[in-house]
Amino acid sequence: MENIMQYITAGNIIFFILAAATLLFGILTVTSTRILRAATYLFFTLFSIAGLYLQMSYDFLAAVQLSVYAGGVVILIVFAILLIKGLGEEKEINKGDRKIMGIVAAIMGALVCVSFIAKCGFTNSELAEQIAEQVNMHMIGSTLMGTEKYQYLLPFEASSILLLACIVGSIVIAQKNKEVKK
Amino acid sequence: MITFGEIINNVHQGLTDALPAWLAATIEYVIIGAGFLGLYCVLALILILLERKICARFQCRIGPNRVGPWGLFQSVADMVKILLKEIISINNTDKVLFKTAMFLAIAGSFCTFGALQFGDGLACIDFNVGLFYILAISSLGVVGILLAGWSSNNKYTLIGAMRSGAQLISYELSAGIAIMTMVVLAGSLNISDIIAGQSKAWFIFQAPIPALIAFIIYLIAGHAETNRGPFDLPEAESELTAGYHTEYSGIQFGFFYLAEYLNMFIIAGVAATVFLGGWQPFQINAEWAEGFNSVMAYIPSWIWFMGKTFALVLLSLWVRWTFPRLRIDQLLKLEWKILMPISLVNLLIMAGWVLIF
Repeated sequence: MENIMQYITAGNIIFFILAAATLLFGILTVTSTRILRAATYLFFTLFSIAGLYLQMSYDFLAAVQLSVYAGGVVILIVFAILLIKGLGEEKEINKGDRKIMGIVAAIMGALVCVSFIAKCGFTNSELAEQIAEQVNMHMIGSTLMGTEKYQYLLPFEASSILLLACIVGSIVIAQKNKEVKK
Repeated sequence: MITFGEIINNVHQGLTDALPAWLAATIEYVIIGAGFLGLYCVLALILILLERKICARFQCRIGPNRVGPWGLFQSVADMVKILLKEIISINNTDKVLFKTAMFLAIAGSFCTFGALQFGDGLACIDFNVGLFYILAISSLGVVGILLAGWSSNNKYTLIGAMRSGAQLISYELSAGIAIMTMVVLAGSLNISDIIAGQSKAWFIFQAPIPALIAFIIYLIAGHAETNRGPFDLPEAESELTAGYHTEYSGIQFGFFYLAEYLNMFIIAGVAATVFLGGWQPFQINAEWAEGFNSVMAYIPSWIWFMGKTFALVLLSLWVRWTFPRLRIDQLLKLEWKILMPISLVNLLIMAGWVLIF
């Protein structure tokens, strides 16, 4: 009994609440038959994951998770859904081939998770906090913009070109009708 | 003089001595949460009364004047009324999303509110990416608005939500870049560091040209993010009845209303923190001004913060009741063709300024 009691700390309780929320909303995301509800549940999943990052004292990643995934990606998804017609109807989602592909994807994802856990194991949270405290904003900034070994200026710039290409491409697609008129 | 930090430390000390750590922490969290909720509601009441009084002034009216002296208790009466109102449930809505949306809107506003620093030692959330957190968590509100508009199953609300989403996503960019300009000057995202860096002179005086441009851009973009006139297309009453919250009634509507007013306060508070020194008093960095500086420093820090914030709130009200509403194309043109280029160039100017001076 005493062994169990020593694991009931505030940190652990919060972790289990967040983990349960992540799993619950994750399951709801894939089982919901209404697409906008699925997007909302995805939003909550990403939000709980941000909470997990916060618990590991990795504040920067938590804020990035909130602004990029929860704030950016989900809002874009919702926005795109709002432009589509006939949303409210319930749709059947799992048909034939998709079911098989879904199962394959799930197995692959599980394998990745298991191999990570097998390789790294669970470290105690104090160690994780110590590591996270060393990673401050200045370090992230200089690593992202540096040209030395283990610094990422080239991938950073390459990804900006990729994004520029995406923007130009989307403008071209949006202007398609005007060109036809000419 | 006793500071808030000392009081908080004493309370913390007393609680941890008397109780086990987890109970003390829980009690502290509950006290802080209750305190913030109380402040949130009281500020909303004050802001609503302020808005009605000032709007009346602008339109040559008197405004609320029956309940209490000068109508001071009008918003208290309104609060009781909205709490007692029936919540009408509507058929053919997506019930889950309809109920979630209002909580998202108010939670986003409340989480941002918690990151403000109201005075010396009066900070709740203070970590190394504080300013980034403020920008990130406000996205909750956008999701709330989009879901509210869609789940109501009404054309007006859907159009309102779409407009609001487009507006918030667009203006978030220049607001973010304006904040980033100041982060370049401060060299930190931590709100305490940013405020501490302004103890000698506020940032707006430390780098007058780029900081002033960023300040104006942030005020415009922030004002647009609160969905208030002249940027109130999402709830343009003459076109869309009430925009995204048309179908909400009673306290459900109250949540959106509260969030809207507090967002105005939060934008003003962030602007006061980043540009006008937060709770730091006005100081002149010269020897002859020592007496003046000590007089200014004697005024409590929370009065400085509230004074600055309410001055900016008044500015926002002034703008709201003076300018006519923009059209959607004018709104997007203002952001993408005017504010965005200026703020990007301004970021470069600020980087140059920091390198040279």
